[in-house]
Amino acid sequence: MQNFDYIRVKSKDELSELLDKQNKEIKLLSGGTDLIPQLREGKKDIEIIVDVKNINEMNELSFDNTLGLYIGAAVSCLNICQDVKVKTMYPGLIDAISLIGGVQIQGRASVGGNLCNSSPAADSIPALIVHKSICIIESKDGIREVPVEQFCTGPGKNVLNKNEFLAGIRVPKVDPEFGAAYLRFIPRNEMDIAVVGVGASVEIKEGHITTARLALGAVDATPRYFDDVFEPLLGMAINDENLDRILDDIGQSISTRINPITDMRGSAEQRKHLSKVLTKRTLLKAIERASNQQEVN
Amino acid sequence: MQESNLVREKKKFQVIGTRPKRPDGTDKVTGRALYGGDINLPSMIYGEILRSPHAHAKIISIDYQEALAIEGVKAVITAEDFPSLEDVTKKVGEGAVNIRYRSNNILAKEKVLYQGHPIAAVAAKDKNIARLAIEKIIVKYEILSPVLDVREAMKEDAPILLEELRTVSMGEKIDKPTNIAKHIQLKRGNIEDSFAESDIIIEREFYTSMVHQGYIEPQSVTALYNNDGDISVWTSTQGAFIAQQQISDVLNIPLSKINVIPMEIGGGFGGKVSVYLDPVAILLSKKSGSLPVKITMSRKDVLMATGPTSGSYIKVKLGAKNNGIFTAVHAYLAYEAGAYPGSPVGGGAVSLFAPYKLDHLLIDAYDVVVNKPKSEPYRAPGTTNAIFASESIIDEIAVKLKIDPIELRLINAVKEGDRRIDGPTYGRIGLIEILEEIKAHPHYHSKLRGKYQGRGIATGFWFNYAGKSSVYASINGDGTVNLIEGSTDIGGSRASMAMQLAETMELPYESIIPKVVDTNSIGYTEGTYGSRTTYSTGWATHNLGNELIRLMKEKAAAHFETEIGNIVYSKGNFTSSDKEISFIDLAKLMKGNPVTASSSIHPKRASPGFGTHIVDVEVDPETYKVTILRYTAFQDVGTAIHPSYVEGQIQGGVVQGIGWALNEEYIYDDTGNLVNHTLLDYRMPTSYDLPMIDTVLIEVPDPDHPFGVKGVGEVPIVPPAAAIANAINDAIGHRLNRLPMSPKNIFESINQVK
Amino acid sequence: MNMKKFIQTSINNERVEFICEPRDSLLSILRENLRLTGTKEGCNNGNCGACNVIIDGVLVNSCLVLAVEVEGKKIETIEGLAGKDDLHPIQNAFLEEAALQCGICTPGFIIATKNLLDINPNPTEQEIRKSLAGNLCRCTGYDKIVRAVIDVAKISNNKGDE
Repeated sequence: MQNFDYIRVKSKDELSELLDKQNKEIKLLSGGTDLIPQLREGKKDIEIIVDVKNINEMNELSFDNTLGLYIGAAVSCLNICQDVKVKTMYPGLIDAISLIGGVQIQGRASVGGNLCNSSPAADSIPALIVHKSICIIESKDGIREVPVEQFCTGPGKNVLNKNEFLAGIRVPKVDPEFGAAYLRFIPRNEMDIAVVGVGASVEIKEGHITTARLALGAVDATPRYFDDVFEPLLGMAINDENLDRILDDIGQSISTRINPITDMRGSAEQRKHLSKVLTKRTLLKAIERASNQQEVN
Repeated sequence: MQESNLVREKKKFQVIGTRPKRPDGTDKVTGRALYGGDINLPSMIYGEILRSPHAHAKIISIDYQEALAIEGVKAVITAEDFPSLEDVTKKVGEGAVNIRYRSNNILAKEKVLYQGHPIAAVAAKDKNIARLAIEKIIVKYEILSPVLDVREAMKEDAPILLEELRTVSMGEKIDKPTNIAKHIQLKRGNIEDSFAESDIIIEREFYTSMVHQGYIEPQSVTALYNNDGDISVWTSTQGAFIAQQQISDVLNIPLSKINVIPMEIGGGFGGKVSVYLDPVAILLSKKSGSLPVKITMSRKDVLMATGPTSGSYIKVKLGAKNNGIFTAVHAYLAYEAGAYPGSPVGGGAVSLFAPYKLDHLLIDAYDVVVNKPKSEPYRAPGTTNAIFASESIIDEIAVKLKIDPIELRLINAVKEGDRRIDGPTYGRIGLIEILEEIKAHPHYHSKLRGKYQGRGIATGFWFNYAGKSSVYASINGDGTVNLIEGSTDIGGSRASMAMQLAETMELPYESIIPKVVDTNSIGYTEGTYGSRTTYSTGWATHNLGNELIRLMKEKAAAHFETEIGNIVYSKGNFTSSDKEISFIDLAKLMKGNPVTASSSIHPKRASPGFGTHIVDVEVDPETYKVTILRYTAFQDVGTAIHPSYVEGQIQGGVVQGIGWALNEEYIYDDTGNLVNHTLLDYRMPTSYDLPMIDTVLIEVPDPDHPFGVKGVGEVPIVPPAAAIANAINDAIGHRLNRLPMSPKNIFESINQVK
Repeated sequence: MNMKKFIQTSINNERVEFICEPRDSLLSILRENLRLTGTKEGCNNGNCGACNVIIDGVLVNSCLVLAVEVEGKKIETIEGLAGKDDLHPIQNAFLEEAALQCGICTPGFIIATKNLLDINPNPTEQEIRKSLAGNLCRCTGYDKIVRAVIDVAKISNNKGDE
């Protein structure tokens, strides 16, 4: 590993200040589960590592009845998954966040880090997208908000400017009509990177689907959001005998709209096939969650 | 603890068959045990290795002046620092190695033959400086086309790896450049006539990828070249004497100058027999002015540049009668040796149909070099590949002839007195007993519940090896016994040696104190491989125990003032007519005048091992992911000395086999770059991928061995791939002929058919 | 450029001080500077669990922690697990069940097991398998490890009932 300096910051102001005046190559360290292996594999250009884990504001995990859920960028996956409120209200998020590595990774990795690493295969991103989540980006110049689906711009690349940092993610409050799920395919049952990951959410009113959102990971250079999949589902009753066929069709159509690569984790053809299979399975799970949610209420 | 899985006719032992805690256990659960990388010596410096980024290239020049000039760098070496060696083939472990090739594999001379091939090494006062120095070495290459597939490498116009290599075909040298190092042929009877008389003939092709042993501890060596020329090497190795021999051969230094001190070993499975770092660390130590040098591989180094086992192409044609009797086999095996000759294709050729009676066969086997790391033994080397092929075809014949798969195997199974396909006659083997036991077992009669569930069966074979072992003992003043041995304890062998000595001497297990020592402190002992340690070292231990008792009888006779012939030893007591003294009291009397003895042994043969496995799987019909639902392994274990460790060997072997079957493979890009060089993407099974692995230990004792021991460690890796392939076929009606049977490969196989 | 940092931390309830470079991993400091070699290196990439330690009650791979990060933290390693008079019940269970062969992964498994049982004293077999999935063992096939964890959970729970 090349040498670098290490700075620990205690507040967002301190961080903004530091990012603003430094012209060296800086990387922010939260959990480090992606960053440290990357440094070890020879990412040469980094001069300063800024540890943001000790910023209280970035460890905030809170829920507000109007604004919804706020996940500070440095909150660990473990803390999110152990939060009773998140578990009950956002099972579709938990689906994804609980999959980011084994126990040893969960305690360190953060959703903020998962986003900023901007891997096309990141598990949290499709789930955040279908929850209509917003990235809160801060700098000395102020705050800007970017929908999660617009955050990544390429493998390892995102919209953050040099003086900006991801402060947190806001996940809107969900209604009882809402249901979401995330499923991924990996060859083993743990410890693998998604070959394909699919997030889906639906809203169901009086037994009929009113909206649907779908996002896929590991099928393109960035996680992909499909905002038009709900069209064939719109107004459809969840017990409609054609639902199964429609879901197959949606899966089929999705598989033709993605550009997966062939690599050691899967072939392009396999990824297209899995996208089809998982699109259906994830939508079904989201529908089931939305229906169950209503029964509970 | 389970006792019910043991099938034993009658119990006649006191210690053998019990499950005591291992003597080295406390150190290993407290982190106190010292493994290869755990040694820290005064003034120790660190070595790093420069490795080739290319799979096939000529080395034009190596310039390390800038590296040497860095402050803190103590030495740099290249292959030029190694002595020039003649082409001499020497036995290493169970295989044979050309020592010039071994030397070139440790540091490349003239050519690099695989990505990760070592080129130069640096020693520096810390790791960061050593790594920096490595980056400053300038190597000029002439890049050559790599050949990565065994069948491509066999073509006339393939790029040649080793200019001087000539095929040795059935003992004859063919004088033209080639990548085929060896052609072996097994021939018996008349296959043409026998195929003509067959009612059914099935011919299939099979493909397997290179897979790695996957030990969790990377290779680590610390060496001191002392000012007087004496060499000490601290290393985790499967065989300290085998390491000593290789170091001596490669560096051309007398054996007596080299003391190999075995550290605890963090797994080997065949992969820690050959040396990689040892000669490099020694020369770096010498050039650094006798500072101890430690070199530890990274996981990437381990995967990229230490021996995996061969990938292979196998074609098998098997004939049978309607009654299930096999008539003839015609087979072709080509194994990837990696960069230098020496794949386990010979073992593969024999094991292919070793469990069955066959009078008509023709098997051609080829050892082929390719631009991948030199293959090394991996648990039952060469056999898993071959049995995947043969047991898949046997299953297909069983289905087509509508014969129960166990019955089909029983019809053809070998038993005592039958000939193995390559000639030797089998002794007391337990294959029939295994198959009969399965017929009576609840797993075999249980119902599968899901539409996409299936059950598969396969039988595995391994030769088992005996080899040379030495042990030494002294009786302490308190009646305990120090047992000194040279066998690496890779999975509980201190316990099994102590148990065999305790049994022989009729003493409690706790009174034996086993210790594994360095090459200066014990007689020659071969490595822990070939499933030989419990067998041969155990046998030596038994002889040692008898000798100790005889010597103690002498002492008892002197004490009682009688003849030795009047002394009877039983259950820890020496008696002579009305006089009696316990072993402990007699030992106490001899305090300061201990009884010592040693024993060396070289048994000529060991009984081979057989095992048959049943597996239930479920296949996701859309994603093609295979889940193992239930697994039972039946094995003839001879006599289970410590049943827990016997079960553990079987369970561990099965799971390595499951990994090989489902997800493990070396994935190269077109340039010969290993792309999955992490444990994230080289996918070994985790606990969450598996059910409990049930075992049934069937004891058919080896009649030669004093306790009836048979080697158990290797057979269990052999059947899983075939058994799982057969289960997948049972589940979804599709036969797979390629390992691993990963979701990707199943998807591709099914879509090819469509 | 000297970037060395002075770090104060607690390891197994002892105050420990060390000097490191920012690039040094906690694993390398534990093993090479502090000579706590019970924590093992298997992959140095967060994929095998051999280097598991617990920091402030959270299980981590020490290869994925920079040593500079542990300023003011509480670290538990395998060396601190056994009591004065006896092994920790998890250590005993691993020995009783023969849950180790070569033993290189054992410290990591024992630490991961301690973390699991601290959080979930009565796990099911599947919960055990899932929580230990970040620890690779190549010798045992996991069967006896899982049994050892089941055993120690049973023993601890029985003691709690008394």
